[in-house]
Amino acid sequence: MNGVADRFRRLTGHRLFWPALVLVAMIAANAIHRPGFLSIEVKNGHLYGTPIDILRLSAPLILVALGMTLVIATGGIDLSVGSLCAISGAIACLYISEAPDQNSLASVFTALALAVGAALVLGAWNGVLVAVIGIQPIIATLILMVAGRGLAQLVTEGQIITVNSGPYRAIGLGHVLTLPLAIVIALAAALLVAAFTRRTALGLIVESVGGNAEASRLAGIRSSRTVFLVYVVSAACAALAGFMMTANVSSADGNAAGLWVELDAILAVVIGGTSLAGGRFSLGGTILGALLIQTLTTTVYAMNISPQTSLLFKAVVVIAVCLIQSPAFRATLTRRRRGGAPRPELRQREKEQVPA
Amino acid sequence: MSSTSLTTGRAWRPTLARRHVPVLATLALLLVMYGIGVSQYRAFSGIQVVFNVFIDNGFLLVVAVGMTFVILTGGIDLSVGSVVAMTAMVSAALLQDGVPAALVLVVALLIGPVLGFLMGCAIHFFDIQPFIVTLAGMFFARGMCTFISDSSIPITDGFWTAVSQERIGDPRGNFVSVSVLIAFAVVLVAAYVLAYTRFGRTVYAIGGSSQSALLMGLPVGRTRIAVYTVSGLCSAIGGILLSFYTLSGAPLIAVGMELDVIAAVVIGGTVLTGGSGYVFGTVLGVLVLGVIQTLITFDGSLNSWWTRIVIGGLLFAFILLQRLIGIRFK
Repeated sequence: MNGVADRFRRLTGHRLFWPALVLVAMIAANAIHRPGFLSIEVKNGHLYGTPIDILRLSAPLILVALGMTLVIATGGIDLSVGSLCAISGAIACLYISEAPDQNSLASVFTALALAVGAALVLGAWNGVLVAVIGIQPIIATLILMVAGRGLAQLVTEGQIITVNSGPYRAIGLGHVLTLPLAIVIALAAALLVAAFTRRTALGLIVESVGGNAEASRLAGIRSSRTVFLVYVVSAACAALAGFMMTANVSSADGNAAGLWVELDAILAVVIGGTSLAGGRFSLGGTILGALLIQTLTTTVYAMNISPQTSLLFKAVVVIAVCLIQSPAFRATLTRRRRGGAPRPELRQREKEQVPA
Repeated sequence: MSSTSLTTGRAWRPTLARRHVPVLATLALLLVMYGIGVSQYRAFSGIQVVFNVFIDNGFLLVVAVGMTFVILTGGIDLSVGSVVAMTAMVSAALLQDGVPAALVLVVALLIGPVLGFLMGCAIHFFDIQPFIVTLAGMFFARGMCTFISDSSIPITDGFWTAVSQERIGDPRGNFVSVSVLIAFAVVLVAAYVLAYTRFGRTVYAIGGSSQSALLMGLPVGRTRIAVYTVSGLCSAIGGILLSFYTLSGAPLIAVGMELDVIAAVVIGGTVLTGGSGYVFGTVLGVLVLGVIQTLITFDGSLNSWWTRIVIGGLLFAFILLQRLIGIRFK
């Protein structure tokens, strides 16, 4: 009996327990509400079905959130990712729309390279502001968040650029080995980041910089270089996500592309158990968080509620997750529970004393 | 003897300048921009152009004043734009249902502060970052807007239209709207509160160092909650002014307004880490944004997105300026 309770407590104490539980509960509710929800079928050698759709649509968010995880792990934040998505999408679409043959692979790849290059430059700008000049991250990236939308509209000249390019469309809607290409790209990026951070010392360095930048510098870590790097990586991830978003609709809209994705990304990171104070991060948690948000959005769509109203649900989720993660709130909750029922209090005390 | 007087002489000047440099820089920028406008366009020199800047940005001014309080404590409030929209939306919806105007005003003015109070409590009691809490507030308020109605609701109420069309001015035809007077009243009250009341000084103390403020025995928790309530109240007033201005409530109005507001406060010289800044600076910051918009409208060849790029550039310049002053002081 005690062993079961202990194991249960250890399970609920895991930082991914609550997000995973919410995700499972949401999927279960969906499956009950709509029996066809979980069905996956094979058409023309590709997998189709709502779960696959959720995976495909969450790919851009996963990408953005990956970069954001690293930035937040260093104790920073990157508000400019939404604008970066818009800019990179706009540049890629502009180049392709002016190419003589929109379907040629060469011009698509040139467009992607150009856009990624621009994003890297802008990421470097963020990095310089934070790491070299030492501006608060939230403010430094706010500059690009404000100006970036303007830049994106400057690129598109206020128009919505439509492209008619097969290879570019494939980034958003194509399939590889029966799976959507978008999710394959996102997974590849996630594995790459995981390999670089968890199989080398890089992840540890990022965490130590987030824990205490000055102490890390004294310990011989190049703090500012690490901080610079994460902003560049975040920009690159945002650029990839921007391609997916624009490829999904085959058009680039400087205003709408990537709107509020920075907030969703921060949300995904926080749900995933990465502390906003920096110092530790969980890539798996971030992916789980992104899937949770996309499932929530899809659920709300499926319930025929206006997409804007889904923000209400998001607000509830954010607050719930933050409260659960807040030590102060947990303490209040336990105190109240103990106060309400004095008997369990005694037993819990005993239990806590035994291991001690 | 002479060396001490030299050091005090040296130390005195930057101390005075440090607090005032950002505000003075904003003032200079504003004058230069106005000068450019006057020299380029003949119609720009009319008094009415200045009044129009106030008329078009009255609600922004009120919201920015509330944001100044929050930023002075070192926090941030991302929910303002959505709260403005929600207030306008609620007013429009209630008026459409035939609720008397006075009651609508009371209800509308209560929603913002209540939300602000709740956010302040979450920030203070549960020690969650202001950024995340107000983000949730932003989602909530924006979601409520569409929950109330998916489309724009026009306001036909007599009181609202009367206030909206009221022109207060001199016989030569220059006028301001009622909203401008309300905005001025809010600015004056806020300036007085920040400069001369215990609450205002506590706000500065928390921004300087909340730990020290706590050790000094200042009511840090109460003040922090109050600051978000004030911001909510200002957003609610801003929402009412916006509904006077547009005579409607739309679910997607004031999207991204929080950025303009934060930009105005920063350009107005308030330091984002808290503890230093003036309401007067915020007024200048809002005017700078207003004059940029007016200049771009007058020019005609520049497109609206240049506004955003210029605001971003100014943000950068002023943050850099704050940073440089900070470095020199250390």
